[in-house]
Amino acid sequence: MTTNAAMLPTAERLADPMGPDNDNMGSRVRRGLSGRGASVAAILIAIVWTLPTFGLFVTSFRPVKDINSSGWWTFFAHPNLTFQNYTDVLFGASTSSGRLASYAVNSLVITIPAVILPVAIASFAAYALAWGHFKGRDWVYIGIFALQIVPLQMALIPLLQVFTSTHTPVFMRVWLAHTCFALPVGVFLLHNFMSELPREVFEAARVDGAGHAQIFRKIVLPLIVPALASLAIFQFLWVWNDLLVALVFSDGTEKSAPITQRLAGLAGTRGNDWQRLTSGAFVSIVVPLIVFLGLQRYFVRGLLAGSVKG
Amino acid sequence: MNFADQVPKLGTLLIGIAIFFAVVALVLLLVDRAPKRNRERWQIGFLLAPAVLLLLIGLVIPAIRTTILSFMNNDGTKFVGFDNFKWMFTTPDIRVVLRNTAMWVILGPLVATSVGLVYAVLVDKTKFEKLAKSLIFLPMAISFVGAGIIWKFVYAGRVGKNEIGLLNQLVIAAHGTPWAWTVRAPWNTLFLIVVMVWIQAGFATVVLSAAIKGIPADTVEAARIDGANSWQMFWQITVPSIRPALVVVVVTISIATLKVFDIVRAMTGGNFDTSVVANEMYNQSFRYNESGHGAALALLLFLLVLPIVFYQVRAIRQRREI
Repeated sequence: MTTNAAMLPTAERLADPMGPDNDNMGSRVRRGLSGRGASVAAILIAIVWTLPTFGLFVTSFRPVKDINSSGWWTFFAHPNLTFQNYTDVLFGASTSSGRLASYAVNSLVITIPAVILPVAIASFAAYALAWGHFKGRDWVYIGIFALQIVPLQMALIPLLQVFTSTHTPVFMRVWLAHTCFALPVGVFLLHNFMSELPREVFEAARVDGAGHAQIFRKIVLPLIVPALASLAIFQFLWVWNDLLVALVFSDGTEKSAPITQRLAGLAGTRGNDWQRLTSGAFVSIVVPLIVFLGLQRYFVRGLLAGSVKG
Repeated sequence: MNFADQVPKLGTLLIGIAIFFAVVALVLLLVDRAPKRNRERWQIGFLLAPAVLLLLIGLVIPAIRTTILSFMNNDGTKFVGFDNFKWMFTTPDIRVVLRNTAMWVILGPLVATSVGLVYAVLVDKTKFEKLAKSLIFLPMAISFVGAGIIWKFVYAGRVGKNEIGLLNQLVIAAHGTPWAWTVRAPWNTLFLIVVMVWIQAGFATVVLSAAIKGIPADTVEAARIDGANSWQMFWQITVPSIRPALVVVVVTISIATLKVFDIVRAMTGGNFDTSVVANEMYNQSFRYNESGHGAALALLLFLLVLPIVFYQVRAIRQRREI
């Protein structure tokens, strides 16, 4: 969704967006609420926000018998550890076991092209809209920008009809759908970033006789790496965590359905198989979590630079 | 997992990556070899074409078609006027869906933003600020499906056996009676909204925290010298100073909440009167093949997004005029 970049601190100003700021004035003046009550409240919120995930994590390593007979908090009194849930849910032979490894491969096959394609296409378009000169440029940009408010639900039914009548391969459907839905926000983010690049760079390159293709490859691309990174992380999390697009366009089987779709299915049909649901959920969480923790800085910058898709 | 089954998929992945390289190479090549006459225009055209074409085929035309479908009968063969919308507002089940969506959109953004704001203020300039913000931010990386399962487990309830759900255990510890959190309507919708709040509060915290750090230090110092206490500081300095960021956060979360789908799907499947517009849209369109109903619900989602966006645009305008 659109947010207004001008109203938020610019990404460049925040050396470390998650850390406390280090300007002298700021650290001398405490603006926050202080005192013991405030600390207790903060810690309480932090606990409420962490405990559910922690409980899931602990449960996923407990034997089935324990999971169903006692709460996960008793684990610490009677530690009893197993990896059985994970081997079952990932590789189990029976169809009811989850077989998540296979679905995780599908998630990967869906996600990688569905991230790199829209990032490339959006960066071409953003470059043309930021530095090309043609009539109606602003209108094209406003048009693409405005498409951010169209919910993807508006496109699902006709798009499925088109894919069905043209017999588009399943993975291709998902890639195309994700690519289309990512473009408005992608063009917006990258255009914001590119239009702030100094004009002199372009003029100097043009004087030296460089064409658009060269300028894009040799000058713009290296400069926009941070913006590309934050867009790629957004899109990665979006696609990996997506359920709706998968439900509509994948065939729902082990051949193409992503891990989220399988998990949602398990939660519906085997809602009390906690050994499967907890370990399965953790498998699906762990990949985005690693990406997120490793690249959190880029993610937060992208967020503050003004956009979250919906 | 049978490894042999995975090989064709990896082949497909390679095809996907090959498409990426082909698109990039083709666009750059065309731009490089653009005709000399009107060169600039050709080059811009080649750069823009993939995005514009995909948006037209994948978003603009389908959205127009959905709008038309919402005035057609369920197999899209006959014009029926506003019948699908009449159906929406007169069918009791769908009215429950609309009521639930209203609950989501009112409570979700409000509570998530409040929690995020309070937390941002509480941890501002403390020693553990970075860690504290990371903790509340972490759910942003988790899928709605994963979050749904995490909370389904918190809400788990079992009659007459040891409780394994954290919440019922806490209720018992407080000498209360265990409760079927996700089953009893209309309260169950509230407990599903909690999951959305849990995911979005971190977003609110991070954006608002950045805004708080942007408040000029002399403003704060002046208020301190005037003897403002923490409470007054919060309401008279912090909140007015970060108003634009607050609008952004509320609007963003509102739109995400309006379209919520996965949480309901994973936790209750829309049963027990918990369904929302996006979930019903999916069911009508793709399970019951009632494309007229589905399209009407999709259009409703779009129409509900509009006032939120207008509100934001107005807020930005007012800001500029000051």
